[in-house]
Amino acid sequence: MSNKKEKVLRRRALVTRLLAERDEMVVVSGLGSATWDVAEAGDEPLNFPLWAGMGCAAMIGLGLALAQPTRRVVVITGDGEMLMGLGGLATIADQAPENLAVLVLDNESFGETGGQPTPTAGLADLAGIARGAGFSAVFEAADEAALTPLITAVRSAPGPVFAVAKVALETLPLVMPPKDGAFLKDRLRRALGVDASA
Amino acid sequence: MTRQENDWPDRIYDLLGRLQLRQVAHVPDAGHKRLIELCVADSEKKVVTLTSEEEGVGLLTGAWLGGEKGVLLMQSSGIGNCINALAMVESCRVPLLMLVAMRGEWGEFNPWQMPMGLAVEPVLKAIHAVVLRAEAAADVVPTVEAAAGLAFNGQRAVAVLLSQRLIGSKRFAK
Repeated sequence: MSNKKEKVLRRRALVTRLLAERDEMVVVSGLGSATWDVAEAGDEPLNFPLWAGMGCAAMIGLGLALAQPTRRVVVITGDGEMLMGLGGLATIADQAPENLAVLVLDNESFGETGGQPTPTAGLADLAGIARGAGFSAVFEAADEAALTPLITAVRSAPGPVFAVAKVALETLPLVMPPKDGAFLKDRLRRALGVDASA
Repeated sequence: MTRQENDWPDRIYDLLGRLQLRQVAHVPDAGHKRLIELCVADSEKKVVTLTSEEEGVGLLTGAWLGGEKGVLLMQSSGIGNCINALAMVESCRVPLLMLVAMRGEWGEFNPWQMPMGLAVEPVLKAIHAVVLRAEAAADVVPTVEAAAGLAFNGQRAVAVLLSQRLIGSKRFAK
């Protein structure tokens, strides 16, 4: 996949399409743009939007997937956030949870801090890194034709799934989910029926 | 040290079972060798070997969101890797029990272990984690049990520092 090509995929449309048929899916969104993208698609009790903990999103997904093995868990994050937690890809592949998918919206930039290029703008290849970490279900899309199978895989292919969508670098309106971490945690636990105090 | 005093890892393992701690995340330390072996042999436990300790903070946050309890085992140097992730635990009021095998104190032979060993308590306290210490074999189980209570009832990060005096003789007797 050439990094020089103009990116045609738009992150918000992609996330909205993915989550339009989410069923009982739990969604963890990584710090920054991915959290705004998921919020625009609709704030739901089964969302856990991160406001900090950069690099932790995929591992939160793993803990959830192990605790809730019959439910689809999808992590939606950016390339900068994923690059901070690359070791976790080896950990996830080693655990091999069938119900976990990690989707990276790769705009090759630190979009929240001025659009500085990440290593994926150069030679780094997140899909290749995931394969090297031990993922066998790896999907990539840079255009609409490849997007449909990628979205299907994120929703339902046997995991662990790692998917990379090359998306445009855009300045988009901030759409914010609730900010209180304790509220977000309790809301998700209640939605999953695991909060004994509810 | 009598046999009974020496089997505190087995007693921690028994306690993890009583408390129904299912996800056991670790970056191995020699001080946790026996406990990790017991957990790996237990089909009720999900043992997750991490590449770096902060992954365990993420993992156990996800575990709690999904209704499972767990424990994070590490060496004291790993605390340095966890601090930003612990800010997330504090913001979300997620219970997190950490058992930390200390380096850089009593009997340490590697001078490069000293700075992080000395920093463990102050940095944990700076990020608002509760810190308990076990200095002697007889203290271990009551301390871990108290820590689990503070973590899961108090919904915050609690670390038990297993002192190098406690674990050291085993480690360096090779």
